[in-house]
Amino acid sequence: MKLYLLIPFLPLTAFVINILLGKEVLRDKAHWPSILAVVGSFFITITSVLPQAMAGKVINEDLYTWMVSGTFNVTVGFLIDPLTAVMLVVVTTCASLIHIYAVGYMHGDKGYYRFFAYMSLFTFCMLMLVMGNNFMQLYFGWEGVGLCSYFLIGYYFNKKSAADAGKKAFIVNRFGDFGFGIGVFMIFLTFGTLHYAPVFANAAGITGQTVNFLGWNVDLPTLIALLLFCGAVGKSAQVPLHVWLPDAMEGPTPVSALIHAATMVTAGVFMVARCNPIFNLSEIAMNTVAIVGATTSLFTATIAITQNDIKRIIAYSTCSHLGLMFLACGVGAYAAGIFHLYTHAFFKALLFLAAGSVIHAVHTNDIQEMGGLKKYMPITYAVFVIAALSAGGVPGFSGFFSKDEIIWSAYASHSSVGKLVWLMGTAVAFFTPFYTFRLIFLTFHGKYRGGHPEEHGHSAHGSSHGSHQGEHHIHESPKVMTIPLILLAVGAVAAGWVGIPPILGGGAHFAEFLKPVVGHPEFHGTHAEEWGVMGLSTIIALSGIGLAAFFYLRKTDLPEKIAKQFSGIYNILYHKYYIDELYHYTIVKPTLWVADKVIVAITDARIIEGIVNGVPGAIGKFSGNLRKVQTGLAQHYGILMAAGAFFIIALVLLLR
Amino acid sequence: MVPLSWYMMLSIAVFVIGVFGFLSRRNIIIVFMSIELMLNAVNINLISLSHYLQDMRGQILAFFVIAVAAAEAAIGLAIVIALFRNKATAHVDEVKEMQG
Repeated sequence: MKLYLLIPFLPLTAFVINILLGKEVLRDKAHWPSILAVVGSFFITITSVLPQAMAGKVINEDLYTWMVSGTFNVTVGFLIDPLTAVMLVVVTTCASLIHIYAVGYMHGDKGYYRFFAYMSLFTFCMLMLVMGNNFMQLYFGWEGVGLCSYFLIGYYFNKKSAADAGKKAFIVNRFGDFGFGIGVFMIFLTFGTLHYAPVFANAAGITGQTVNFLGWNVDLPTLIALLLFCGAVGKSAQVPLHVWLPDAMEGPTPVSALIHAATMVTAGVFMVARCNPIFNLSEIAMNTVAIVGATTSLFTATIAITQNDIKRIIAYSTCSHLGLMFLACGVGAYAAGIFHLYTHAFFKALLFLAAGSVIHAVHTNDIQEMGGLKKYMPITYAVFVIAALSAGGVPGFSGFFSKDEIIWSAYASHSSVGKLVWLMGTAVAFFTPFYTFRLIFLTFHGKYRGGHPEEHGHSAHGSSHGSHQGEHHIHESPKVMTIPLILLAVGAVAAGWVGIPPILGGGAHFAEFLKPVVGHPEFHGTHAEEWGVMGLSTIIALSGIGLAAFFYLRKTDLPEKIAKQFSGIYNILYHKYYIDELYHYTIVKPTLWVADKVIVAITDARIIEGIVNGVPGAIGKFSGNLRKVQTGLAQHYGILMAAGAFFIIALVLLLR
Repeated sequence: MVPLSWYMMLSIAVFVIGVFGFLSRRNIIIVFMSIELMLNAVNINLISLSHYLQDMRGQILAFFVIAVAAAEAAIGLAIVIALFRNKATAHVDEVKEMQG
């Protein structure tokens, strides 16, 4: 028995227990198997897997032959190297805390067992994704987490918007996964195997080869890398497939924290980092990754400024941070990308959970209806600010170290687009703290703007359940929610300290740890430049906070005036660059038209129904005629019998 | 000595009368009697051939036919009585509930 096997299979066991027994037996105790399993995985990761990986031991073994067909041989195998170890730490830590938090958040919900069953299934799939030693297992986990994401976004399936959001996430991901699937095919076609080790060992051999793809001769490494990146674009919600992530916020908040911030959406970054030997071969692919990442980062950061839904703001922020990770990967600084993935998991999960705590208290997502919550929810407020400082890249917090690492890598790399994406990243460094602190100031500061006036609060609450609560009903969340928040806050502050760059007196242990897997890019830049880049992004981040404070604390009427003044830009941002509308008119509507006018009206109504109704119709007509032979009169049968006998006798006599 | 062919012709004549009666008469009792005629035509055939071939198996088979005919008559008449009680008729062409 190999201990590390328990890491994915404990959550799977919890899923099986919950799905079989949850509804009837466990009911409101359904969280126990899930929490015990994921905490167990966490302890195994920390006590067994992480020390081994730190000691430089790499596990790569096949356990079970999954499928064999000719030379196609896929196994269930596990690879535990530093990159996997980092992902395991991220996944199990965040999953443990979020599971515990969910006990409070989901308390009393009808589908309690279902929620925990899917959370466990998700954890299993995510762990299989990061632990696999071949592309097939990666693909299995990839689709598995997508499926669980669909289940959990549409968790409140009675609500149309939630069901639609689930479908949207699934369908948008199909676009990316289609490319990803073809990428995996191309890898098998090229290398004859799907195992990481031989593929990456032979990757350099395909440099300069071309392949005929859809009639064009294209560079093989570029093609494979771009196809794989298609999957990452879908899964990690990058432009142009970012539209599903904000809608995915229809799911319960712990789901948003675990799946749509800390783990699943980072699978794309993980995959790009894992496939770095392939990506490194193609400058075009690398530049594409960097540009797509930087564009997404800037694009979604600007959208986040104008949104009013607390979870959507954080979702756009997630897109933006994922963009930064791709930016880092695109300039060759995979370690910086993974480092940001790791710190981002903590502060973004914390942001979501804190937002969930707020939603739990005020029962609305609209920040315009909040305000002044600071005095009612001091713990939530404190952790929210910590998460925002970390996300905004304020020195000392973990987000600072990873973001600075990315921005410096972009500046100092040899990549031909390095300077461009550095500029974009620096711009993002301004927007991120601006919109997170806008969120904080609107939510926690000022006066409470929602619900009933305080004096009528009590009677109104008594007469109308579920509507806005009076202000004095707002209270801090229970301990089962706040303790995970506090623990995550510790992570949001301190997780980044393992990667403090040498220039600040640290050892950059994180990058060193990952070096065997992702290598280390060569930078060219002086210490002075590094100080300059760091100082610039810090000043920009602080000015973002300052501007948010000025707008939303001092001159609270100013944002509205500016929005009026520049209503054109404001409307474009408020409507998210009209991307949803664009897709609606160019893709959704034509698809629905084809479905309605061709598939339903012709294929279905004419062809399918023609066959389905025509065959029994013909048989019915034939048998209807045949039925008349049976008259019920015994003598008619007698005549037929006699005629038959006569006929046979005549035949025998004639043919003799 | 009566030749075999005469017996055969008698048998054919009786059989054809039976067939004709079975197909043409409306009264169910007559239909029954026609069936008995056909069976007995077969019996004549069997016995005459048995004698001609000096093989006793033909006569044994004739006894079987008589036994079966008796059983058939018993059941058939019971059916006729049941039918008459229900429909107050003994005409075959008035009984056609089993039509398709």
